[in-house]
Amino acid sequence: MSPPAARPGADAAVAIEFCGLTLAHPVINGSGTFDAIAARRAFGAALVRDFPFAAFVSKTITLAPRAGNPAPRLWETAGGLINSIGLPNKGLDGYLAEDLPQLAELLGARADAAEGPVPLITNVMGSSAQEFSALVTACDERAEIAAIELNVSCPNVATGLDIGADPRQLAQVVGACRTATRKPLIVKLTPNTADVPACALAAQEGGADAVSLINTLRAMALAPGAGGERGPWLGGGTGGLSGPAIRAVALAQVSAVAARVAIPVVGMGGVQRVAHARDLLDAGATLVAVGTETFRDPVAAMRIAEDLRAQS
Amino acid sequence: MSEWAAAPAPFVRRLLTVLGVDELGAYRVLRVADVETPEPQPGQFAMLAAAERWGGGEDERPYLPRAFSIARRRIGESHFLLEDVGPGTRRLCELREGDGLWALGPLGKGFSPPPPRHRAILVGGGVGIAPLAILQDALEAGAETDVTVLLGFRDGARARGSSLLHGAQVATDDGSVGHHGLLTELLSKELYRDSRAQVYACGPAPMLEAVRAMCTTRDVPAQLALEAGMACGFGACYGCAVPKRGGGYVRVCVDGPVIDASELEGVSEHAGAAA
Repeated sequence: MSPPAARPGADAAVAIEFCGLTLAHPVINGSGTFDAIAARRAFGAALVRDFPFAAFVSKTITLAPRAGNPAPRLWETAGGLINSIGLPNKGLDGYLAEDLPQLAELLGARADAAEGPVPLITNVMGSSAQEFSALVTACDERAEIAAIELNVSCPNVATGLDIGADPRQLAQVVGACRTATRKPLIVKLTPNTADVPACALAAQEGGADAVSLINTLRAMALAPGAGGERGPWLGGGTGGLSGPAIRAVALAQVSAVAARVAIPVVGMGGVQRVAHARDLLDAGATLVAVGTETFRDPVAAMRIAEDLRAQS
Repeated sequence: MSEWAAAPAPFVRRLLTVLGVDELGAYRVLRVADVETPEPQPGQFAMLAAAERWGGGEDERPYLPRAFSIARRRIGESHFLLEDVGPGTRRLCELREGDGLWALGPLGKGFSPPPPRHRAILVGGGVGIAPLAILQDALEAGAETDVTVLLGFRDGARARGSSLLHGAQVATDDGSVGHHGLLTELLSKELYRDSRAQVYACGPAPMLEAVRAMCTTRDVPAQLALEAGMACGFGACYGCAVPKRGGGYVRVCVDGPVIDASELEGVSEHAGAAA
């Protein structure tokens, strides 16, 4: 077996403080773009040894289990991907009982114990302040969870959209979550609204420790055929666009938000190479997240982190 | 026969070199130099993308890699069966000796050996014959299994793909080669002759559904290799979900692509290809 590749975490030059967490480098994953448990089945011990993200963000967890949307769930566009997955998950109880112990073991089982475990950020979504509060309260009780991200912006699910697009509702939801935990709270903003910086400010006023953006842009594709018989291609009707196609939009929104808030910003959207990560960092992001590029190259985040280190 | 082991995929895309793209009627066999890939389980797949000019085709696609069954392993080589049905497969069909190919794999859960004293019936439709070739190799390496091969194609140009396997009975939709009619008519005859069999099937959704229904009715075990559009191949995107019996979904990439017929209510159109 070949020796472990040098990991960027070993170099303190790119280590970074984020909401009280020390991360080995500034590259994490976007929620819902990496399933560490499934990836371990596919790649075995190498996944644990060479874990590509400085912190791991779970897919969205809801109170009740969700099966997800009917097929088809994907559509390839020019330089992008529309997904309509529908947030399949085991529900809060299933996540805490089944996935969390596995994730904690996986993220803690690094070859170099001195680096400590990869921090776990659990992403949750509710349809009301009460539901969000219940989810955050449950996460607060678990030491394995380092931070909590609130999904108020998923365009696939009607309940998520309104909360994140309305600054007043958003501040109320974040406020309810703030009283339920002292763990770092990250608010994943929706890009599908007129004034994203206003929503970022509302999240900050509600007590968020950081904001992350951009989530996918609402998008659609029609089924093949002709004329008025053509319905939506995706089983969920509309979906969310990601990938290089949204990179310039992401940069504009990250730049605008970073100029308005005092809290750290996690920037994402179409990051494929170090230059794209550099753009987001230079626009004011503290961390960058890689999502769709991981689908094409499962170690894309590590490649970008290593290239960032080489530039520093 | 003991289980065929599935090794974990290397956690990295590997840049392989194309040895050749051979014409096989309407199909192409893509051969790449591949020394280091762990021995795949029959039925496992790889995510492929051309190293150059991936993107820039029709509608600026392809963008994502494409999933292909590993059709065959030879010493130092992997083979994939291609049919030009869209921008991804078109670009792969254009590859020439010396070109680069990104490959991630082997991925997914492949076929299991037949139960003791059961013969194997391999049922393949169109480009779906690919995983049955490596399966036939594995079954015949075991020597004691009686293997029957039934392959169906739309027309004569596609029926030339049958030479990927050997000893096949062929059916065509247009009657140009072999039996004029459905593959399931050949399967029905075989099961009537001797139903103590393990069926292995891969092909278009309507064919797989017909095979599944026939095997379920006759209480014959069947392993179905499914196809679904997927972005990643390793469980990250949740795009390749197909409904399972009793509700919910399975992911074709990590729970399959080979799924036992008993786990499915049916095989629907939307498990169909990403081009």
